[in-house]
Amino acid sequence: MTLLDFRLTESNTIPLDSLAFHVGDTPLLPLRRLSRSLSPRTRVFVKAEWFNPGGSVKDRPALNIIQNAILHGDLGNGKRLLDSTSGNMGISYATFGAALGIPVTLAVPASASSERISILKALGAELILTDPLEGSDGAILKARELAAERPDLYWYANQYNNDANWQAHYLSTGPEIIRQTNGQVTHFVAGLGTSGTFTGTSRYLLEQLPDVNVIAFQPDAPFHGLEGLKHMPSAIKPGIYDESMVGTPLEVRTEAAHEMVIRLAREEGLFVGISSGAAVVAALQVASELDEGVVVTVLPDAGYKYLSDKKLWEQDWSPTSPDVGGDV
Amino acid sequence: MTTLRIPTPLRTYTGGKSEVTVGGVKISDALNDLTTQFPAIKPHLFNESGELRPFVNLFVGEHNIKDLQGVDTPIKDGDKVMLIPSIAGGRTS
Repeated sequence: MTLLDFRLTESNTIPLDSLAFHVGDTPLLPLRRLSRSLSPRTRVFVKAEWFNPGGSVKDRPALNIIQNAILHGDLGNGKRLLDSTSGNMGISYATFGAALGIPVTLAVPASASSERISILKALGAELILTDPLEGSDGAILKARELAAERPDLYWYANQYNNDANWQAHYLSTGPEIIRQTNGQVTHFVAGLGTSGTFTGTSRYLLEQLPDVNVIAFQPDAPFHGLEGLKHMPSAIKPGIYDESMVGTPLEVRTEAAHEMVIRLAREEGLFVGISSGAAVVAALQVASELDEGVVVTVLPDAGYKYLSDKKLWEQDWSPTSPDVGGDV
Repeated sequence: MTTLRIPTPLRTYTGGKSEVTVGGVKISDALNDLTTQFPAIKPHLFNESGELRPFVNLFVGEHNIKDLQGVDTPIKDGDKVMLIPSIAGGRTS
């Protein structure tokens, strides 16, 4: 079931652009070469979130946030959608905003990659660039300030505190994983940014499969290069962050994620972004400790938005023992 | 002397300072001075081989040193150099 199906069954009065229909129902792909060292009874699968129309997992929460706001009369009344974003959420807001005629204003750290800034401008979003030294938390504070100053102009979407964020994953990502694994998922692994993906998906999985293990991961230090992810002990904690469900998160070092994006590209044909590399590092760590299991993680986006980091993609890496053939 | 601007996640290691004055004629000198003044910051900026970690961005004015001469990029008195965190980096709240 997609988010759109859910909304249409609840109310068929919402006018939606057809783009919305293609949000969610992303492919679940097996890791084959990268999982060779695991127990033969352990499999690792990844949700390929770059198949969403806006190019990332953030289409799910952005669409759900916008649809809820329209439903409640918060948007569609001339107000601008306002939020802070490190990039992907902004691209999703701008995509659906453009399609639905909703103007979008985004507080974005000036250090956001040039690709992301260019995409946001292409989609017509108004950008307010914030102090790069403050990172995404500086953008959060700027959005809060603007929302407080001009409530007449802005509707503050507030992805870090908006329940429609995690509910998007409860309504779509969770059910998809159950369906695509025929209910056989044993471990779910996701990174913490807003914590929406982890919280919403985990809540649904735990309701349906009480024995499932849910494992969060975060960067290993406050200063890191895992775009979109937060080191929770040193960051502004999202309101939707559920500490009791997270437990003790795994920690991923940026360099390990960098190496993994190259391995994913060259050994699996999966050209993905840095947080996806981190997700696979964490998922393989979980899987390596299992005798038997089905591990699922979420790969938030593709590698295109990181191409300006040329050194990242020119790392030396060749598979040690090429394994030719198999299904593509 | 050069002013090195420190991002919020690293201020824990600079005694809360947002700016540190450093000496030298190139970026590597400035970073050596920084890590001499504040040794705890070193593992966050450099890997075990002593190389700058790949996601550490340094800007001299508007320019990323990756587009200039890397750590050999020259600096002069009065320059402002900015250490940029990854964009989801945290603020100590």
